Amino acid sequence: MVLTTDKKSISIHNTEAVSIAEIPVLAYADFKAQILTWLHFEKCHCVAYFAYPFAGGLKFIAAIADDSNAQIYLLSHEQEGQIIELEALSATAMPMHIYEREIAENYGVVFNNHPWPKPVRFAFNRFNQEMQVNDYPFYKIESDQLHEVGVGPIHAGVIEPGHFRFLCNGETVLHLEIQLGWQHRGVEQLYLDKKTMLQRAILSENIAGDTAVGHTMAYALVSESLTGAHTQNTMLDIERTIALEWERIAMCIFDLSNLNIGIAYQLANSVFGALRTPVINFFQSWCGNRFGKSLIRPGGTHYPLTDELVAKLVAIMDDFETRFDAMAEKTFHLPSVLNRFDGIGKVTKKQMTLIGAVGQAAKAAGLIRDTRYTHPIMAYETLKVLPEMQNGGDVLARFTMRRLEIKQSIAMIRHLLDMRQYVDQESGAPLKQSESSMKPNTFSLALVEGWRGEICHCAITDENGNLQHYKVKDPSFHNWLALALSLRNLEISDFPINNKSYNLSYCGFDL
Amino acid sequence: MIIEEINILRQHGWQYIPDPQKAEVPAPFRGRPEIQVGMSLDTQNALVDLCPVEAIGMNPLSIDLGKCYFCGECAMAYPQAIRFTNDHRLASNVRQRLIVAEGDTRGIELDPDKIRKEITAMFGRSLKLRQISAAGENSHEAELNACGNVNFDMGRYGIEFVASPRHADGIVITGPISQNMAEATEICYEAVPDPKIVVLVGSDAISGGIFAGSGALNRSFLNKVSIDLYVPGNPPHPLTFINGILALSRSRS
Repeated sequence: MVLTTDKKSISIHNTEAVSIAEIPVLAYADFKAQILTWLHFEKCHCVAYFAYPFAGGLKFIAAIADDSNAQIYLLSHEQEGQIIELEALSATAMPMHIYEREIAENYGVVFNNHPWPKPVRFAFNRFNQEMQVNDYPFYKIESDQLHEVGVGPIHAGVIEPGHFRFLCNGETVLHLEIQLGWQHRGVEQLYLDKKTMLQRAILSENIAGDTAVGHTMAYALVSESLTGAHTQNTMLDIERTIALEWERIAMCIFDLSNLNIGIAYQLANSVFGALRTPVINFFQSWCGNRFGKSLIRPGGTHYPLTDELVAKLVAIMDDFETRFDAMAEKTFHLPSVLNRFDGIGKVTKKQMTLIGAVGQAAKAAGLIRDTRYTHPIMAYETLKVLPEMQNGGDVLARFTMRRLEIKQSIAMIRHLLDMRQYVDQESGAPLKQSESSMKPNTFSLALVEGWRGEICHCAITDENGNLQHYKVKDPSFHNWLALALSLRNLEISDFPINNKSYNLSYCGFDL
Repeated sequence: MIIEEINILRQHGWQYIPDPQKAEVPAPFRGRPEIQVGMSLDTQNALVDLCPVEAIGMNPLSIDLGKCYFCGECAMAYPQAIRFTNDHRLASNVRQRLIVAEGDTRGIELDPDKIRKEITAMFGRSLKLRQISAAGENSHEAELNACGNVNFDMGRYGIEFVASPRHADGIVITGPISQNMAEATEICYEAVPDPKIVVLVGSDAISGGIFAGSGALNRSFLNKVSIDLYVPGNPPHPLTFINGILALSRSRS
């Protein structure tokens, strides 16, 4: 922890805990000026901005990640009274729009000149209980020539619910608005209600089942940071990094399969679908669950990666890679596939920067947002990942990203298995409940690069070391807007492949 | 070149599981638990305290699979008391049968007398299902999708997920049912023509799981309908679902 020279913020690194008292409290005008200065640079983006009840009013904490030096700047402001009215940051800094919407929804804070003041997820403990999930204020254009298409919340496939409202001119989509919140389960409140570390780890596994490893890793890192239990354990770091990359492979191969069914290329759909089976079955061999649930726990793991498992993993990867390469080579050279994806649903790097997009979708449009590279922890510090990138920003770019990341993750895992041979250490058992007492009045934050992108968990403890506030952010929190932008001026029939090319999380957003 | 495609097909060979009704899932898969008789009161209390989803009960010592997440923490802490077998057949049409008490080593089965006659008569050869994710966390949905993939190929039994409730013979609910999905769930159910079945997939749907008691849920729909099948798990393995559905729709008394 370092106080920056102008004393307007402190800087921490990923997973570092800091006393709440040390985070500078600024007047709102100074806070705003500081945030706007940082966000002017592409290297900086906001990873968390939230409010929580404090001394009869609200305390607002912001965390700005500087990708050039792996620092995260923390600063705060406090507001008194029941009715709080502020000049919106997003009036000039667009990426802040979703954070301010969330704060407005939860606490009734009014952000003046907010460009898009809409509900976020209709949380059960929201400020305005009058506003129901069916009352979402959709953007409208009055015209005799236009029509609207509403889809959902329940969709045709076996997928999660969300509502999509298309404003169309004939077949062309002028505007798509995505309304979420159907999946809201009160996750953040449950972190406070559940009292044991195990319950919170289990809760983390069920934020988004397709990112069980990613979210539980973020929770584990935050817990270790708050308990002070995080000692250097190279073996644990290696095993956790392998788990995270394995989850990335499992989901990227799923997406490749799914995108191919979107264009009726049956062979690739079946082959990539079949290739996913050995991947998720390895998770089952490792920890008994095909999604890696129960593998990640604060402090250690119940399931060390044994030599026997390593041999199995290597055999699976060898076989997987041969079969994957043959199918990928075919698919990525098939004109009918390329023609269907190329130039469809394009978003620019500038758009992605403006909306604060992260992860795979951002990288597909040429924007480097990959915390494995910019804020490395665990084995990523040694691996020095250079993110795979594309510039197209279209469905093809996002499709290609899956292939590149699968190859990169396999290479990384091979490297990690090599490193593992020279580590004379055991990954160790998880923390017991009796070892779970957390430092009082402390803030901690963890950035984990899940397969979709940046996952951010923040926790704050009270004077007794109990959780006072817990904040979860899935990459989908930012990226849903990118899907909406992709659809502009596109034929409505191109929605499914665009949606599949992002494959965003509903429950990760709705919490 | 067609040669490349032939090569790809040859690399993959036959992918399907020849008989999903006989297939087993190897350990460390955690299926039906077995509980030792005669555990001390201290051990029993410790187990009740340990379970993150309040699935463990006392008098007799038992695990409610309708709540259990199969995390295996209890068996790791007290291996002398609890052991998870790899028996993936966990589904039943009777809620009470999901509770495994100490000393129970029998498999979990459906009660054939409680299966409505029209289910076997109408759906014995073809069963189309509408899935509703009511705050499901997507691993359950992924496993239901996997039921239809080239490995499990549930379609061979005439069992499929369909897009419209109008084309469906029943609904399959995943997730603990949020307030925000309560109305949509009910509308979807109403849209399915009679006779229809209701299947709850996953411990979240059956009991609320880790989300039980959250103010964001509204599970009142479940009081209005009769449940035809409970499929425990977090998420249930595709074989658990397929065998449960087959036992429900194919049993002939």
